[in-house]
Amino acid sequence: MARKLPKKDVAIIGLGWTGSIVANELTDEGLDVVAIERGPWRDAPTDYPTTFDQDELRYRIRHELFLRPAQLTFTFRNKMSEQALPIRSWGAFMPMNGVGGGGVHWNAETFRFLPSDFVVKTHLTQKYGANFLPADMTIQDFGVTYDDLEPHYDQFEYLCGTSGAAGNLKGQILEGGNPFEGPRSRPYPNPPQAQPFSHTLFAKAARELGYKPFPQPSGNMSQAYVNPLGVRLGPCTYCGFCEWFGCGNYSKASPQTTILPVLVRKSNFSYRTECEVTRINVDGSGKRATGVTFVDTSGEEWEQPADLVILAAFTVFNVQLLLMSGIGKPYDPVANQGVIGRNFTHQTISDAIGFFDKEKFNFNPFIASGSIGMIIDEFNGDNFDHGPLGFVGGGYMGQVQTGGRPIQTTHVPPGTPRWGAKWKSAVRDNYLSTVTPGTGVHGSFYSYRDVYLDLDPLYRDRFGRPLMRMTIDFHDNELKQNAYLTDKFAEIIKAMGANQVVKQTRTGHYDVTDYQTTHLCGGAIMGTDPTTSALNRYLQMWDVPNLFVMGASAFPQNAGYNPTGTVGALAYWSAEAIRTQYLKNPGPLVHA
Amino acid sequence: MPKGFACRNAGVAVASLVVASSLIAAGRAQTNQYGTSLDPQNFTQIEQGRYLAVAGDCASCHTVRGSGQPFAGGRPIETPFGVVVGANITPDRETGIGAWSDELFLSALREGKGHGGLLLYPAMPYPYYTKVTERDALAIRAYLNTVTPVHNAVVSNKLPFPFDVREEMTVWNSLYFKSGEFEPDPKKSAEWNRGAYIVEGLGHCGACHTPKSTLGGDDNTHALQGYALQGWFAPNITNDSERGLGGWSIADIVSYLKTGHNPATASTGIMAEEITLSSSQITDADLTAIATYLKSLPGQTGAAPAPASAPEAVAAGGAIYADECSACHGPDGKGVPYLFPSLAGSPNVRSADPASLVRVLLEGARSVATAGEPTGPGMPSFAWKLNDDQAAAVLTYIRNSWGSSAPAVDPHQVSQARASMARMGQ
Repeated sequence: MARKLPKKDVAIIGLGWTGSIVANELTDEGLDVVAIERGPWRDAPTDYPTTFDQDELRYRIRHELFLRPAQLTFTFRNKMSEQALPIRSWGAFMPMNGVGGGGVHWNAETFRFLPSDFVVKTHLTQKYGANFLPADMTIQDFGVTYDDLEPHYDQFEYLCGTSGAAGNLKGQILEGGNPFEGPRSRPYPNPPQAQPFSHTLFAKAARELGYKPFPQPSGNMSQAYVNPLGVRLGPCTYCGFCEWFGCGNYSKASPQTTILPVLVRKSNFSYRTECEVTRINVDGSGKRATGVTFVDTSGEEWEQPADLVILAAFTVFNVQLLLMSGIGKPYDPVANQGVIGRNFTHQTISDAIGFFDKEKFNFNPFIASGSIGMIIDEFNGDNFDHGPLGFVGGGYMGQVQTGGRPIQTTHVPPGTPRWGAKWKSAVRDNYLSTVTPGTGVHGSFYSYRDVYLDLDPLYRDRFGRPLMRMTIDFHDNELKQNAYLTDKFAEIIKAMGANQVVKQTRTGHYDVTDYQTTHLCGGAIMGTDPTTSALNRYLQMWDVPNLFVMGASAFPQNAGYNPTGTVGALAYWSAEAIRTQYLKNPGPLVHA
Repeated sequence: MPKGFACRNAGVAVASLVVASSLIAAGRAQTNQYGTSLDPQNFTQIEQGRYLAVAGDCASCHTVRGSGQPFAGGRPIETPFGVVVGANITPDRETGIGAWSDELFLSALREGKGHGGLLLYPAMPYPYYTKVTERDALAIRAYLNTVTPVHNAVVSNKLPFPFDVREEMTVWNSLYFKSGEFEPDPKKSAEWNRGAYIVEGLGHCGACHTPKSTLGGDDNTHALQGYALQGWFAPNITNDSERGLGGWSIADIVSYLKTGHNPATASTGIMAEEITLSSSQITDADLTAIATYLKSLPGQTGAAPAPASAPEAVAAGGAIYADECSACHGPDGKGVPYLFPSLAGSPNVRSADPASLVRVLLEGARSVATAGEPTGPGMPSFAWKLNDDQAAAVLTYIRNSWGSSAPAVDPHQVSQARASMARMGQ
């Protein structure tokens, strides 16, 4: 029997980026807010200090910061006909655990989606006709537009101190930025980061091929910064340990370095760490959340009543909690009905590795940051004519190499023995003169009827709850998209002067052991129709108006960008709706 | 803040009852030996007293942090002679000071003589508080009358023999205690006099920053020139250009006291607590006055500190610095303003006693977070990573780089600091 705690105005599940943003906005409104976080408290000087944060074995290979699958995992299968099996070691994505969430380990690429990404179904149908889209593709418009979100993209970028070059300032296209981006109301808060040799060389080659390269927008600081909350970040040292690592230098935007110092000072904010929410409670009508139930490390069960519940966990856990709490109609792919679990997506990543003459090229690849890079956007979204190509979607591509970390930066030309003296010699010969972008082609992943999340019928967690089951595979559209983009990308790497370019085109089935990104999206999507979306345009549950669901689980499909900028903008957008509309008149903000 | 107001209002209500049930009095003239006579609704006086109690940092010793019981005593205070425990100064009549007359309060605060003539230990900084005017002292009393009375019997004296014999304080007082209110210097500005009044009186800055004799009395020939206590070195806060505040502007000092940070440095340790509880809440006018006074103190004169003659340690330290320190503090030692302290030109780095440097390097440090500077960045511990020789070498390097010169740090000092930290339960 759960022990009941005193009621709060707001209970937030998860204290990552979105939990921190909403907590800060709602405490500013005077509400009494508690955040309940499954993982531990985390902070730079104690958890990922400069004295050991650059430890590839500890953080990358052994997954120090991530959720331990023994605590909670998912099952995975490619096809509905298959038996799903539990994931016992993370591969394709890295679920975070602890305060700061993915904001601790991200690379800090801070993109805005294209205006057309928010209305992609309408846009593509109008331009190419409804029959151009694959029959089983289930893409939808977001229900919110770029113009709605622009002020909130701006808020998130200024919170983070994003370093970048504007490409479209109030409609004016600026040299050096992304000419395809939507109009921004003001420049980035910080200038772009400095770019190492190989990144600069990529930009030169791309320019010579007629593209318009620009610096990847970065939450790694190009200079010291103080954000609008008064929190300070230091300049990035280009140490090359961002991705999968925390930043001990206060130079990567994270909840810890931008917002938590202010939040924890507030008397109307409190948090509980190492407390795992197991259920969102609803009243007898099923239309009103009454709070949450969580379990502490002693196995003690607690009930935290609240007037407003904010679900701000990682994509898959958001969906899992909704399903386990019986909130919203579970998605049934056979009947094509229901919403919770629908439109689950990831990302379509590939790479092309360039081997250069070591006598002429010394790239010093260890000089890097998580979101350093020169990229082009000519092949993203619908920036190019898909008519003759027979697929939709796209992505950005570029030299975005995040470091030369010793364990994993051992690329050797094809034909090299896989071990022994010759392999060692080849590693030595190529380390400084190889371009290994990593996520060189960062493509979209559109949604399909048979890619979804549901509760596993067989496997259970330590509480006896069903595990979340992922059913996900690549469809022809994404594989065609990737083949086209990878070819284009390889041309640029070749034009940089590479002797040999090895394309790593994405082929075959979705592989859960091969790291792509941690950009799992969808499953509790936003939209305009309650029969095909879980949330309205303000991230409010259609069925339970005092429950708002943050994060990329709201994306009806994934665009060819990293999601965090849009996740942050949506959190501010939703928080504003709560502050200016919901609190005055608690109830549905949209009547469908 | 709403919480604070609620407590205080509750305190006012209870204290009013206490006062009403003992005696009704409006002014000092009617004080008697059974309790206070101060007007419980003299808002101006009570508010003035609240501010002065903050400026005097009374809560530091008299409130157990996190207890929710302001001024109820019980906080152990570490002294070179043993532990003294902060007294209960709430208006509780049995265990606090509720039954004290105003005269007794004044005598305790300013003369170190408590109930029944009991001699206080100078951990209660009456040698400084003696300079507080009677008007200000009574305002503090008026404020303390309004806080929630807490029944909490505190045994203050936990000193070992022979220091537990309070009568010895008669001798100590004759050696080190000079009674008397602050006397303004008519030749100086009002601002300077206000600063001197706070620094030498309620602020009791010298309690940490002035060197002490073996009996713990102030060495006033070197007032405010730095003193080692509780494993820290409270630095020289005179205008000394080498080891004091000579390189700081008045605005730098004000920013430091107000927010814990300025372009050059960040506060940690005991001073961080002082900033949280006291100086961050002091008015800018008073902080400017304090800075004006400190900047007028010449401090040490004479030769610059001798550089270390340890070229090997400096060379090794330079390599360690590049690997371990430069990412935050910069290759030029200048750090990042308001975020990472500058080691170049830092009086703390050059200080004769490297205790604070050794401690911060070994333990790491969390700088203070304030409303003005909420970031509160921290430095990690290097105790596990650098051995005694390496720690000494890197400190010797920073003490002799970027224009600084100071004696080498001996590896033995590092090992002693490790032992001392182990004893303190680090």
